[in-house]
Amino acid sequence: MTLYGILFYLISAAVIAATAMAITRKNLVHAVVYLIISFFGTAMLFYLFGAPLLAALEVIIYAGAIMVLFLFVVMMLRAESSHESVFPPIQWLPAAFFCLIYVLVATAMSVRTPGMNVPLKMLTASPRQFAVYVFEYHWFSIEVVSILLLLALIGALNLGAGKDAGSDGEPTDYNTDPAGEPPAAAGSGQPGRRSNRHGVEDEK
Amino acid sequence: MIVPFSNVLVVAGILFALGVFCTVARRNLIMIVLGIEIMLNAASIVFVGAALHLDSLDGQTFVLFILAVAATEVSVGLAIIVYAFRRTGSFDPANFNLLR
Repeated sequence: MTLYGILFYLISAAVIAATAMAITRKNLVHAVVYLIISFFGTAMLFYLFGAPLLAALEVIIYAGAIMVLFLFVVMMLRAESSHESVFPPIQWLPAAFFCLIYVLVATAMSVRTPGMNVPLKMLTASPRQFAVYVFEYHWFSIEVVSILLLLALIGALNLGAGKDAGSDGEPTDYNTDPAGEPPAAAGSGQPGRRSNRHGVEDEK
Repeated sequence: MIVPFSNVLVVAGILFALGVFCTVARRNLIMIVLGIEIMLNAASIVFVGAALHLDSLDGQTFVLFILAVAATEVSVGLAIIVYAFRRTGSFDPANFNLLR
């Protein structure tokens, strides 16, 4: 086994362990931080597979932007100590059993398929090659994805604008706080959170 | 020479199964969205590994699109979660039965 093989198994073990820790945490902040570790490991895997640009994008977008968005929501809504009702084991044990069967079958299938046991070559697609390829063959998809991002921006702004003023007896100052979007939320502060907490508790 | 492609598939399959478990078994909306992220991440690993296996850059291109779709899904999903939390004051999906 070469050095790169050892690196692959080390990183994979770290990624799987961090993800398993993340999905079993009660505290949501801990879960998000473990998942950041997992995404860093995934970025290293991408680099090992010869995609340095994607490794950088994984760190920037996944571990940076998306997880920070999760942290914002978890911290702003005080979700970290929520009393979560768990399924009884009689409900989730059969599901876990079927999942285990599928993982075992897929493992056997992918290992036993001919042509799968040839070790991968070391190749690297430089960012320049990758960008030239993307904009030569997939430029239309890039345009479609940019429209999708614009639609997501509009939709998130529309949802976070808080148009349900007065319908639930909420304080009016809370409605100036678009909690769905981190830039606006970081700028505006949360003057009305404490009163909103009480309003929510009364409603419940 | 790294490792056989089957090992990449196995690692990504385990990650995907963890994501499915997180999505199905947790009763917290934020953890459900996190599980979807884990599944998208596992799919990205398979795409990059397959790009190396097949010696084609198409796999890496699709990971670019997966990144964009994941960012979209998270922003809209978290906005919906915040909206639902304002309406019900809870993260438990069992409490979102206002329409009933």
